Amino acid sequence: MVTRLGFLGVIARAFMWAFLIALAVVVLYPLLWMALNGFKTNAELFGDPFALPADWSFENYAKAWNRGVSDYLTTSVLVTVTSTITTVFVSAWAAYGLTRVNIPFGKGVSAAILGGLMLAPTVALVPLVKMFQAMGLYNSFWALLILYTAFRIPFTTFLIRAYMIDLPREVDEAAEVDGAGRWTAFWRIILPMCKPIITSTVMLHILFTWNEYLFAMVFTSGTGVQTLPVGLTSLMSKHGTEFPVVFAGMSIAALPVVLLFFLGQRHIVKGLSDGIGK
Amino acid sequence: MRRALGLAWVVPALALVGVFVYLPLVQNFGFSTLKWDIYSGGQEFVGLGNYLRLPRDPVFWTSLVNNVLYAAVSIVFQVFGALVLAALIESIRSDRWRRSLRAIYFIPSAISLTVAGLLFYFIYEPSIGPLNHALRAVGLGGLAEAWLGQESTAMGAIIAMSQWQGFGYSTLLFAVAIQRIPSEIYGAALIDGTGPVRRFFSVTVPLVREMTGLMTMVTISGGFQVFNEVMVMTSGGPDNSTQVLGTWLYRSGFVRNDFGYAAAIATVIFVITMAIAVGQLWVARRRRVEW
Repeated sequence: MVTRLGFLGVIARAFMWAFLIALAVVVLYPLLWMALNGFKTNAELFGDPFALPADWSFENYAKAWNRGVSDYLTTSVLVTVTSTITTVFVSAWAAYGLTRVNIPFGKGVSAAILGGLMLAPTVALVPLVKMFQAMGLYNSFWALLILYTAFRIPFTTFLIRAYMIDLPREVDEAAEVDGAGRWTAFWRIILPMCKPIITSTVMLHILFTWNEYLFAMVFTSGTGVQTLPVGLTSLMSKHGTEFPVVFAGMSIAALPVVLLFFLGQRHIVKGLSDGIGK
Repeated sequence: MRRALGLAWVVPALALVGVFVYLPLVQNFGFSTLKWDIYSGGQEFVGLGNYLRLPRDPVFWTSLVNNVLYAAVSIVFQVFGALVLAALIESIRSDRWRRSLRAIYFIPSAISLTVAGLLFYFIYEPSIGPLNHALRAVGLGGLAEAWLGQESTAMGAIIAMSQWQGFGYSTLLFAVAIQRIPSEIYGAALIDGTGPVRRFFSVTVPLVREMTGLMTMVTISGGFQVFNEVMVMTSGGPDNSTQVLGTWLYRSGFVRNDFGYAAAIATVIFVITMAIAVGQLWVARRRRVEW
């Protein structure tokens, strides 16, 4: 093919590569700048923004960690782990009921659960605050666990359901011959077969919870219940003059999800593309 | 009876979605007819009063215009731009380069909008931000601005950040859609001697049109649900010039203690996003692309 490229083709290729590389620099440079600023002193930060830090000390990272980031991170990890478990299991049960069990009003139930996909969380905000205040769960870990589970069930069920539908019927028949009840069939046979899509949904749920801001901001205040996205804005308002500490906190918050993306890229891409148009 | 037992599988999901997603939605309509002070607990029925206040509220119109602008710019960069970019990436023969570029462009979408928003708050910052430094360094110092501090540039600056954050996500999805086009079709086009530009318009664009339709709907819907980046970068300022419906709802209710009015704004967001969702269903149901 290269031989068929004329002179114009070569020029076009060169422009394309220049553009793609330039775009990669535009994406990566701000992130690099963020991580580097975590190593600078305040004086350096107000100097040349493109200079490298003179001294590579983790002091700002340690300061950020001790001034709340360790608490925010702990809360984020806790909310992420628990809500991932509740969301994925409740959704997998629902997907099983919708695809392998002949339940009454199946179509209606399906529409009711998946219809939740269309609703914007902002719309429910005011009533939810009143509801959680009445339940005494406002400003608690439980508020986030419940909201992250309830609002992600439609999407997660949608993905798992689409996968379960394609599993062959013979699987269930074989389970019945073995005398396994529905409960055993779900845990021992169907759920293990769904491992690829479960992995995708787990990763997408982690990305969502780790980064969620609207509910976290409205439903929590004060260290101990704040997750990283809200905690970072607190760090900013409390230590707004010590910018390098804020940059260090931002880098600490970003690192886990960037790593997760590189480790689980294949699963995340599959989940995202199935989620939008299957 | 045995059939009814099967419902046990779906009850947890139905209950959670019913109580925490649907019920608040219904309650919101009720709240939007009240004049409601959440601290004193005082409630007074005002009928459609809150809705009648909307058209007379200049900040409501600013918010709506900002949401539309947000959605429009995002369509240009995150739908059309992303489609072209995905086609360019997929035309590279080295699998390693294709994968690396897709992954690099996606990184900003993996980190939170809070981190991205704070990061660009600093990038736009007049004294330490690299943007103004860079402009001065190349002799364009006259273009240096207090990007987030003045009404004329603040909204544009926020929208620009959001394009940086989101284009890799849609590029990745378009790349997947392009990979699903059978290679024989491209092979046939190559034998016909069709050039790359014509190949893009006569093969790629028509065969990924379903994804284009879905991405357009998702992008518009996202444009009307903006909240995080505006809160982090400007909180709606200066002088309410960067308010969007989500932040104006928040400010009306949680800051100005006018929860009935906030609920009325929520209804507007509901109507708009619902209309888009119905459009999305319609796009998805249309005859699938066949080859």
